[in-house]
Amino acid sequence: MTDDYWRITAWSGTLSLKSFVWAKISQTAVILPLFYAEVRVEGYVHSFESFGTVDGPGIRFVVFMQGCPMRCKYCHNPDTWAFGVGKKYTAEEVAKNVLRYKNYFVGGGGITLSGGEPMAQAAFAQELFALIKKAGVSTALDTSGVLFDANDPHKFDGLLAVTDLVLLDIKHIDDGEHRELTGHSNANVMAFARYLSDIGKDMWIRHVLVPGITDDDGYLKSLSAFIGTLKTVRKIEVLPYHTMGVSKYASLGVDYPLNGVEPPSRERVENAKKILGVTK
Amino acid sequence: MFYTQWEGFNPGKWSDDEVNVRDFIQRNYTPYEGDGSFLEGPTDATNRLWQKILELSKKEHDAGGVLKADTKIVSTLTSHGAGYIDKELEKIVGLQTDEPFKRSLQPFGGIKMAEQALNMYGYELDPEVKTIFTRYRKTHNDGVYDAYTPEMRRARTAHILTGLPDTYGRGRIVGDYRRVALYGVDYLIGQKMRDKDLIDGDMTPDRVRDREELSEQIRALGELKKMAEIYGKDISKPAATAQEAVQALYFGYLGAVKDQNGAAMSIGRNSTFLDIYIERDIARGILTEVEAQELIDQFVMKLRIVKFMRIKEYNELFSGDPTWVTESIGGMGVDGRTLVTRSSFRILHTLKNLGPAPEPNLTVLWSKNLPAGFKKFCAETSIATSAIQYESDDLMRPEMGDDYCIACCVSCMRVGKDMQFFGARANLAKCLLYAINGGKDELVKDKKTGKPLQVSPMFAPVIGDGALDYDDIIVKYEQMMDWLAKLYVNTLNLIHYMHDKYSYEALEMALHDTNVRRFFATGIAGLSCAVDSLSAIKYAKVYPVRNEEGLVVDFRTEGEYPQYGNNDDRADEIAVWLVKTFMNKVKSNYTYRESVPTMSILTITSNVVYGKKTGNTPDGRRAGQPLAPGANPMHGRDKSGALASLESVAKLPYEYSRDGISNTFSVTPASLGKE
Repeated sequence: MTDDYWRITAWSGTLSLKSFVWAKISQTAVILPLFYAEVRVEGYVHSFESFGTVDGPGIRFVVFMQGCPMRCKYCHNPDTWAFGVGKKYTAEEVAKNVLRYKNYFVGGGGITLSGGEPMAQAAFAQELFALIKKAGVSTALDTSGVLFDANDPHKFDGLLAVTDLVLLDIKHIDDGEHRELTGHSNANVMAFARYLSDIGKDMWIRHVLVPGITDDDGYLKSLSAFIGTLKTVRKIEVLPYHTMGVSKYASLGVDYPLNGVEPPSRERVENAKKILGVTK
Repeated sequence: MFYTQWEGFNPGKWSDDEVNVRDFIQRNYTPYEGDGSFLEGPTDATNRLWQKILELSKKEHDAGGVLKADTKIVSTLTSHGAGYIDKELEKIVGLQTDEPFKRSLQPFGGIKMAEQALNMYGYELDPEVKTIFTRYRKTHNDGVYDAYTPEMRRARTAHILTGLPDTYGRGRIVGDYRRVALYGVDYLIGQKMRDKDLIDGDMTPDRVRDREELSEQIRALGELKKMAEIYGKDISKPAATAQEAVQALYFGYLGAVKDQNGAAMSIGRNSTFLDIYIERDIARGILTEVEAQELIDQFVMKLRIVKFMRIKEYNELFSGDPTWVTESIGGMGVDGRTLVTRSSFRILHTLKNLGPAPEPNLTVLWSKNLPAGFKKFCAETSIATSAIQYESDDLMRPEMGDDYCIACCVSCMRVGKDMQFFGARANLAKCLLYAINGGKDELVKDKKTGKPLQVSPMFAPVIGDGALDYDDIIVKYEQMMDWLAKLYVNTLNLIHYMHDKYSYEALEMALHDTNVRRFFATGIAGLSCAVDSLSAIKYAKVYPVRNEEGLVVDFRTEGEYPQYGNNDDRADEIAVWLVKTFMNKVKSNYTYRESVPTMSILTITSNVVYGKKTGNTPDGRRAGQPLAPGANPMHGRDKSGALASLESVAKLPYEYSRDGISNTFSVTPASLGKE
């Protein structure tokens, strides 16, 4: 067991005992919680964006979950890192809020669960998505995939069963660079991608382009080759690094690790898109 | 009688001794469901004319905002000789004065304002004109000040009522300029003479006024004919061609802007009307698409150079020099056919042919049922020019039918059938502070005593330093709103009486039905600030902070409270309550000339100025900081994204705010998606 495992377990401990019981039950019957009103999973939410247009297809209601195990140097939401803070909501409360916007989802939109790391609050995510899907609205999970465990691959099956689309953010194709950039190995991420491909789950691959870190042609080609082995990739997105989150670091009293790094040029973005085979 | 100029048109009520432009449109227009591929670029003449205008614009800008101004000739329909940009190139002629970019002198709203405006740009009013308009000819402004009560003056000084049209032309009246083209002036004069004959019997003040006004209308129509003659044109008969139709319609509008320097001089809903003439000429083989576009381009070019002489503060209030030449485009008919025609495309295409411009204010009446080709064209034009305004036809049509237009920015009226008495806003955020302080102004001092100005009668103020009690505040706020609504309506009653008396819009009203429906259009400012303040009092603890005189000048808030703009019913319900409550109070008052009370929530830029005159508010906003525009949430408080913010606004009941609700919403293209 790695250090990571223990840290993750500790965060899972933020869920109540009731929800732990529920999570066990839900592996066998996803629908059960809908009838089992006693069990109410609460999640820590950072914020809501009712008009999300960049995280999945159509107009999306984005729920930003609070808490993330990753410490990506370019993260523009460092205020979502800490666990156990933020505002607590039940899945029902959030679902009710989201479904008020159902009229806006007609063009293929729906809910996107982002963060933070939504898989760190999988029980909450699962119940929320089940409620949303029951109302006929599509669900997307925006994740780094780092909490996936190849030794326990079915751990998130319940959540994935109610997830229509995974927005998988592959931070770096090279394991060493991934550790340097995020503080974690990318083994779980790659394993998750393969698993999603194997079970036939639609995914979009997203990749943040940071000059000097991820925009190396060789790495991009390796990433492209890896994506080529996956069967269910519906879209590839290159996200140019930006500095809009820098001010948040100052207000959190944290040094910004990428001081001085400028957003990539248009040429480099086009280059990355070309290598990764991004088509409009 | 069926004029020869009408050959090829389907007859109907419109041609059967009745002025009915809508009927003419319905029987004759051709809905267009295609795309914009038929459109043509500008002609050489259009390009050369536009180049000249651009040069004049630069000169005007370099000269500090005004290139030339009349100081001696008072503007009337026939006061000036013909003016041209370049006579040889112009397909549509007519300028406000005898030279392009020369601003006219329009003192009937108020000689003081006219003089001030001239002085600000380095001009001197001719002494003889000044004498005439101070000694012999009273203006609207003088009439108003003769009748104002001390309380009205205090409310004005303290800015709880702001933007009262008491020193200038009220505007917002839209003549049905299409009538000039369809019927010709002689026919319209005949109709008005008949109407005048029908007003007989006991000579009550109302009947006397109606007869006098009709005489003025008839005279104005005669003047309009003469104005056209100055340009060598005869508009006494119906227009026979598309060129004549555009020209006659434009002359109608030109007469209005020569007559009135109104705060908003909108033009109506004309493109589909003109399309009937254009399609008839194209079918007859006497007009090509290039020529049709040229007519529209040059018509729009003229609307772009409408200018008024105004004081600099006015321009500050509106962040520019707006004339609000709003042209309403598209929409759906009540029979389900779209009112989009090829000319709806042509008029929007001027934004490409001439480049983007804020005027005329091209406004698409949007419906989800508009043809897909038109929607796409609108979207493309918006992306390229950011110069189209959109308003919900689906919301307005049920009440207004399918021949209404927008006056100014959001105020809808049936063309030629409705007019409005518009003016000012009541500042509801400041009104809440008055409720707390018993009607003493939190910023303005009484000049004589040096103490805070008692604006309303002395109502009971909040006593003590404990947390404000919501129920107590609501009682006090309702009392203060009763007072404010009554004062506001009465101030407008007085102002509009004087405007009718001293600066009557004879030509614009000649292009309305004689039995016109009048709206009494009030407005509110500071909605979201008042709502958040009430929410803070209700859901958090708000303690008053008093100055040495005991006046509450600040607030200390403990705890969190729901804010308007997050689709949170707790706050939004307060907003709905406030809109309904104030409108009901407006409605309970007498309104001038049997007008129908309406209300708007639509400050676009003036919220900044209103904020300057409003002290610290319980929501935490500091004194002098801007209020939010229109029905917008307070800046930065809508924390759940655009839809949540818009959903809050969408809860406001349109039935209680028929004159319009605005929400200013800026987006960068990137925030609308990646592709």
